[in-house]
Formats: sequence, structure tokens, C-alpha cells
Amino acid sequence: MANAVAEGRDLRVSPRWRDAQKRRERWIARLLLLAGLVSVLTTVGIVLTLTVDTVQFFQQVSLWEFLTDDKWTPLFTPKHFGILPLLNGTFLVAVGSALVAVPLGLGSAIYLSEYASDRVRRVVKPLLEILAGIPTVVYGYFALTYITPLLRRYIENLEVFNALSACIAVGVMIIPTVSSLSEDAMVAVPRSLREAAYALGATRLEVALKVVVPAAFSGIVAAIILAVSRAVGESMIVALAAGSTPKLTLNPLESIQTMTGFIVQVSQGDVGYGTVEYYSIYAVGMALFLVTLAMNLFARWVVRRYQEGVRA
Amino acid sequence: MTGEWQRRRRVRQRLDRIFAAVFLLAIALSLLTLVVLLWDVVRDGARWLRWEFLTSYPSRIPERAGILVPLVGSLWVIGLTALIALPLGVAAAVYLEFYAGDSWLSRLIEANIANLAGVPSIVYGLLGLAIFVRGLHLGRSVLAAALTMTLLVLPVIIVATREALRSVPVSLIHGAYALGATRWQVIRTVVLPTAAGSIMTGVILAISRALGETAPMITIGAWAFITFLPRHPLDGFSVLPIQIFNWAARPQPAFQQLAAAGIVVLLAVLLSLNAVAIWLRNKYQKKAEW
Repeated sequence: MANAVAEGRDLRVSPRWRDAQKRRERWIARLLLLAGLVSVLTTVGIVLTLTVDTVQFFQQVSLWEFLTDDKWTPLFTPKHFGILPLLNGTFLVAVGSALVAVPLGLGSAIYLSEYASDRVRRVVKPLLEILAGIPTVVYGYFALTYITPLLRRYIENLEVFNALSACIAVGVMIIPTVSSLSEDAMVAVPRSLREAAYALGATRLEVALKVVVPAAFSGIVAAIILAVSRAVGESMIVALAAGSTPKLTLNPLESIQTMTGFIVQVSQGDVGYGTVEYYSIYAVGMALFLVTLAMNLFARWVVRRYQEGVRA
Repeated sequence: MTGEWQRRRRVRQRLDRIFAAVFLLAIALSLLTLVVLLWDVVRDGARWLRWEFLTSYPSRIPERAGILVPLVGSLWVIGLTALIALPLGVAAAVYLEFYAGDSWLSRLIEANIANLAGVPSIVYGLLGLAIFVRGLHLGRSVLAAALTMTLLVLPVIIVATREALRSVPVSLIHGAYALGATRWQVIRTVVLPTAAGSIMTGVILAISRALGETAPMITIGAWAFITFLPRHPLDGFSVLPIQIFNWAARPQPAFQQLAAAGIVVLLAVLLSLNAVAIWLRNKYQKKAEW
């Protein structure tokens, strides 16, 4: 390079070469855009496949039966296709796991954000997040072979497969979702608010419960909704521990089935392509997709809506 | 009056200490569950954790059953997933960071990525079954599984890669532009090499999630009992979580212990992947100090 300059060579780029380079740049931009569009295509693919096969399902089963029948027995005659029992099972697991995860997750978040030293937080936070990294099938095993036998020692009429054990395992799994996200929200509360409360003589507990938690409320609510939405979509724990008897019950001691549990059950067997049983997993998948989508959108709406409120 | 105030202050301070203990208890309980879970799995599986367990084919007799086929299957699936998802994810992230600007298209893509991250994994399985297994006639193959897993981990990879790209010092990028480099030259010669370490860390963490995913694998129809190793992306396969699920669902205690041994193997693979990720992060973090 230095030699070329010394020799007085012409270093200007030829127009043709520059055009070629510009064309190459444009092609690269297009290719990159294509990669970006894969995510859009995925969404379109999910909506399309669910819709197409759900429509097939509703050509054989009426929407009215799907929404109002109180039995779900697609795998044996007489066949009933009422999704209410599956929704009931999913609801039971969602509420039960929230009852486990919200107190533990919020307690952890408050401790980490308001009480713990920086060093403790740096050690404990990643440790808690391991809970979210453990494969769900491992929790399923744990629920079935440890939690259930342990509970059966104290609860006489607990069935071998039961909602309670699944609720506990799912609840533990979603603790980090609650704790991490709500701790983030608490840490983001302006320091000046805390200092003001301390200056008025408040204790740490009063600062936490009367200043920080209310100020971070939207973030905490969003964290809980996201965690419950993960519980709704969880499959392996409920497939292993909660049983496969869809029914309308709020008794956690009984065997139940969730939407995800049903999809797993059917997928394991050899259900022929094109049968109503095959299409039923898509109808259930559609219901599952819509429920989780609604929860996720709601969580984001809560954050946006109330963040504005705090600033104002 | 002061007496009353002091009494109330003592109560408030006592409450503060009690609740500090209660909150700490929440953490302790959560971590205790983790410890009990790991201890339970190791205790149950210890009996079967021998070398033969890793090198044996499946069997209906617990004493002869091994985990070789699903172990190799899992490595195939995550290897192929990494091969497909890495270029796709990095390209998408580069597009969003350097090309997209603030157009409606980039906002659409971003909203999509955020939504996809919240879709239950089993729904990806339904998608994979309809499109890859049946639509493209890939059958219940390693490739169909890897493509399904790719879609599942792509949002995670894109988010992690964007973080990594954003951490590249702007001064470096400006320096490259000042030398006359085109946008792609800047990305190829400056941005990607600088961010490579953190990108790899993000990708490995995403892939390790794919390793533990069970539900989508069941939905696309991974085999629970298969007696040969995949040699080809279109071969049938099994994966560790499927084998664990299959063993755990049987009533005989011997098979449940096999499931525990399988879990130990799965967690060991997961742990080593995470260790590699952490090692990479530390290695490149040191190098990236300017």
C-alpha cells in the first residue's frame, strides 16, 4: 500500500468495480432480510397449520359440542369432544402452580432486591435460575417418584396420578420466572423513592411493601402472568404426574388431564393421519395457543399501560 | 406518648426482622427443592450408572438396557440444530441491528420474535409435525426434529446475538467505516469477529434448551424404542428426554431407576454445554478489553 502511494499509482476504484460491490451489498441485505423473515414465517406457519387442521376437526365435530359438552373422550366410544374438562385441568394446574410460585418467587425477589447484599444477589440469582433450566421431563420424574409418594404419606385419599403433585413441580419450575422478572422491576424503582421512605423512618419491610412493591406493581403482575402462561404451556410434568383422565373437578387430589397432557398422550400412540383424533390435537393446540397468546399480550399491555402511569 | 411510639417502633422493627427471615426462607425453600431433586435423581439412578449403560442399546430387560441410541440421537439433533439455527439466527440479528432501521417491517419482525418466545414448545411440535414430518415428507427423522428445534430456539438466539452485537464498541465500527469499508465489510471483518465469543455463548445456551425439550419431540413422533444409530439426517432417532419419559412412565421400579440414570446423563451433557458457554464468555471477555 505504502509502496503504491510512493510509486504514484492510481488508487481510485473503477466505477465498474464499485457497481459490482454495490450490487453485492444489496444482495447481502436481501439475504439477511430473508433470515429475519423466518420468524414471521414461523408465526404464519403456526397460525396456518393450527387453523387448517382445526377446520378439518370442526367438519366432524360441531363447535357447539366442543365448547359445551362436559366430556372429553376422543379415544374411546362413545366419543365426546367437549374441551371444558381439559380447560378445567389446565386451569387447575395454572392456579395451583401460581399458589406455589407467587409466594416463593415474590419472597425471593423482595429479599434479593431489598435485603440482600450485592454479593449474595450475584450468587443466589443464577442459582435460582437453574430451576428454570432443568428439563421439564426431570421435574416430571421428580413429581411422579418423589413428590407424589411423599404426599401420599400424609394425604390418604391422594391418587397415584394427581393434580397436586404436578402443581407443586410446575410451581417450582416457574419460580425463577416470577422472581427474576419481578426483581428486575423492583430494582428499577428509583432509589430516591426508597431514600425518601427511609428518611421518614420506615423499616426495610415498610419500604419494600409500601414503596417498592406498589411502584413495581405492573412489572410484578406481568411477571406472574408470564409465569402462569408458562405453566399453561408446560407439558411433560402434567403428562407424567397429573394423569390422563379429563374431568370437571377442582379437587387437586384427583387425576386430571390438561390440554398439553392430551396432546402428549395422543402423540405417543399411533393415531392415523386424517382421523378425528389426529385433528383433535390441533383443535386443542389452537385453544392452547390462543390462551397463552392472550396472556402474553395482556402481560405486555400491563407493563406498557402502567409504566406510563408511574412516569406521569 | 413517647412510650407508645417506642413500643410501636419495637413492633415494627421486630416485624422487619421476622419478614427478612420469611423472605430468606422463600429462597431457601426454592434452593432446597433443587438440592432434593438432584439428590433424589442421583440416588435413584446410581445403581445403573455404569459404563455399559452408556454403550448399550435399548432392551426390554432393565439389566441390559442402555442409553447409547438416545444419547447419540440427542447429539445429532442438537448438532444439526446448531448448524441450521446459528447462521439463520445471526443473519436475522445482523439484519435487525444494522439494516432494519425503524421501518414497519422491522417492528413486525421484532413483535413476532417477542410473541414466538411465549409460544408453548408443544405448539412448535404440532407445527413441525404438519410442515416438516408430513408437508415436506421428512418423516420422523433427525432432520425434521432439527428443523422444529431450530424454529423453537431461533427467537432465543436472535435476542442473544443482538445483545452481543450491541456490545461491540461503536468506535471500532466507525473506525472501519472511516477506512472506506462497506456496511457488509464492517460487519464481516469487525463486528462479527469481535462479538463471536458472546454470540457463541448465547447460541450454546439456546441449544442446551433444545437438548432438554421433550414435548415437541414426542409430538413430531420421535421413537421411544429404536435399536440402531442414526447415520443420516433422514434416519429415525430417539433423544434422551424421550427415553427418560418412556422409562419414567413405566410402573416397574427398575425402569424408573433407569430413567433417573438417564436424567443424570442428560444433566451431565447439559452441564458440560453450559460450562463450555461460560468458558467461552470468560475467554472472550478478557480479549475484548480495549
